[in-house]
Amino acid sequence: MINIEKREEFDIEIDKTVGKPFINDAKFSTRNVDVFYGEKQAIFDANIDIGKNQIIAMIGSSGCGKSTFLRCLNRMNDTIQDCHISGDIRLDDEDIYQKQQDPVLLRARVGMVFQKPNPFPKSIYDNVAYGAKLHGLASSKIELDELVEKSLIRAGLFKEVKDSLHKPGTSLSGGQQQRLCIARTIAIDPEVILMDEPTSALDPIATAVIEELMIDLSKKYTIAIVTHSMQQAARVSQRTAYFHLGYVVEVNDTNIVFTNPEHQLTENYITGRFG
Amino acid sequence: MTFGVILTALMALLLLGYYTGRKRSISLSDKSNQRLHSLPQHYGYLIAFWSGAPALLILLFWSVLESSVINAAIVAQLPAQLQQLSADEVELFINEIINLSYSNVAIDDDVKRHAALYYNELIEFSNWVKSTAVFILAFIGMFVALAFVKPEMKARNLVERLIRWAMIGCTSIAVLTTIGIIFSVIFESIIFFKTVNVFDFLFGTHWSPQEAIREDQVGGSGSFGALPLFVGTLLISFIALVIAVPLGLMSAIYLSEYSSPRFRLFAKPVLEILAGIPTVVYGFFAAITVAPFIRDLGESLGLSLSSESALAAGIVMGVMIIPFVSSLSDDVISAVPQSMRDGSYAMGATKSETIKQVIIPAALPGIVSGVLLAASRAIGETMIVVMAAGLSANLTFNPLEAVTTVTVQMVALLTGDQEFDSTKTLAAFALGLGLFLTTLVLNIISLYVVRKYREQYD
Ligand SMILES: Nc1ncnc2c1ncn2[C@@H]1O[C@H](COP(=O)(O)OP(=O)(O)OP(=O)(O)O)[C@@H](O)[C@H]1O
Ligand SMILES: [Mg+2]
Repeated sequence: MINIEKREEFDIEIDKTVGKPFINDAKFSTRNVDVFYGEKQAIFDANIDIGKNQIIAMIGSSGCGKSTFLRCLNRMNDTIQDCHISGDIRLDDEDIYQKQQDPVLLRARVGMVFQKPNPFPKSIYDNVAYGAKLHGLASSKIELDELVEKSLIRAGLFKEVKDSLHKPGTSLSGGQQQRLCIARTIAIDPEVILMDEPTSALDPIATAVIEELMIDLSKKYTIAIVTHSMQQAARVSQRTAYFHLGYVVEVNDTNIVFTNPEHQLTENYITGRFG
Repeated sequence: MTFGVILTALMALLLLGYYTGRKRSISLSDKSNQRLHSLPQHYGYLIAFWSGAPALLILLFWSVLESSVINAAIVAQLPAQLQQLSADEVELFINEIINLSYSNVAIDDDVKRHAALYYNELIEFSNWVKSTAVFILAFIGMFVALAFVKPEMKARNLVERLIRWAMIGCTSIAVLTTIGIIFSVIFESIIFFKTVNVFDFLFGTHWSPQEAIREDQVGGSGSFGALPLFVGTLLISFIALVIAVPLGLMSAIYLSEYSSPRFRLFAKPVLEILAGIPTVVYGFFAAITVAPFIRDLGESLGLSLSSESALAAGIVMGVMIIPFVSSLSDDVISAVPQSMRDGSYAMGATKSETIKQVIIPAALPGIVSGVLLAASRAIGETMIVVMAAGLSANLTFNPLEAVTTVTVQMVALLTGDQEFDSTKTLAAFALGLGLFLTTLVLNIISLYVVRKYREQYD
């Protein structure tokens, strides 16, 4: 039993994740995952399953470790020098941290979209073709053209940019840039897409476009999204995980988490935010 | 009082002006119960400016004009037959007088003694008037400005305007100096091109600037075909860049992307020391170590080579300019946002793919300016070439032969006693102009490249 809540009014203990953290048809499953930045522990004993062709939303207050957890799933944390991970993370029942696993290949299977749109300093076309060229997904120019077009269409960006494919990606608006980043991610046809607050820099209209896109993409891909907007989580996700100070407090179907949370901390967070 | 003393005293007055200005603004606002428009120090700055600037201007003006006025006065009181002298002789005479007036040697010549005494008198008088004028002006400036101080005076805005003018002043000095240098080079070159045809100079292949001392000497007029020099310069610079760009860029990439922070902290300054070694040391190294090594290597391959070669100079020069490439590139590569790297890694790119496809294009403008800086250094370098590549103006693209460069020949033209308007001296200006145009073209090309990339990627 770990007592982590310092404020007196909530003297609540987190024993183990409540709700329904485990499911049958899991794409990702994490067991006993601890993450450290140097001496500092950022994730404590995370146990979650992420279902296939589902959207899972991760919510929780700032600094509770959502991004850290998400970045474990495609081993982006490997690029941070003093970050250490222990525990078991499986993608399709294969340990992604085992020795034989090449993180570069893993990242081609588990794509990621970031909070701030980060198009490469290249043309729109080259941004989308980037991954395909790296992984040799197109054998001819025509195939590549097709792939780029298809990805842009799927990301809902094609109509806006079809006449300016050779303009720099950075010349687009923020919302368009974010869709460009989604387009380049789906161009390499990953199995999972991780999105870390993908709409936090966008206006409501651009946000709505991307939310629709996520729902559409979830037919084909497994999606994990970090968000600070509970409305967004409620709108797009099937399941929701609530993080608190590095602990996964509660995981369940989204409507249950929002209407009938099991854990006191979850309820505090949700009611606090919803007013 | 000398210039330095006056200047120091003036600085003290400036400080005094600052403090009285501050004080006065505060006491005025207390007295009239009115809020100051600006902070007290703004009033201080203004007073300091008015106590300093007019006086300083007079001081500078006086100091510049002083000597010519005094010289004219001395010449005017000389005996008639001495006034008939030519301008050069008068100048010489005056120099002698000035030297005499500073020395304690007894002077036999009556005329000279008188002149020297008169010179001393004039200098003393001038100094006295100068310092009096400067201090009176400083005080007038201070008091007039103090009289203007009122709480509602917009001192802050006035200070802002002063600062702006100061900036404009500094910028114009820098720009005007550059323009002045360019024009003086151009004018001297024009004089040169009156004797030597422009095309003969640019495309002539024979460089031997020796002029005849006697009319009947062989090879009388000297020949100024500068093509071998420019080719030599470009050849050596090219070799240097071939060495420096890959090495510099790779080490920059290693330092910023791969090495541990601790190693970088140690290695970067060490690399930068390379740029701080005096070039004469490099030249020595090139001549003593590298050039013989290349010759021996050539011999073992059955080539007979001279101990001076463009290759030796180019290699050593390349090593010298590595830090120009590496240090600047390292800075711009480190400045590429982490989010861009993350984006690439998240697409399943390896580190080297990320560097090649994303980081280098993003950092390209900075890398280009680093390379350009290195190229300018290489083109302007003299010492290494003198010591390792020789002085013979061969027109060749063979890096194993001895060549010479533009700067080396400029030095050769100007060393020794030269008349200022001889063709040889003027040829140095023409070479300088050529060098200037070369670097200008290089700059324009790289600016163009950078701008094109910027347009594409920003
Ligand atoms: N690179 C890092 N080095 C050291 N500590 C880090 C690093 N990244 C995150 N942390 C720490 O780990 C904890 C979790 O951070 P994380 O970024 O995962 O939070 P988050 O839930 O994504 O927050 P937010 O909602 O603000 O994005 C924080 O306490 C943070 O200080
Ligand atoms: Mg985060």
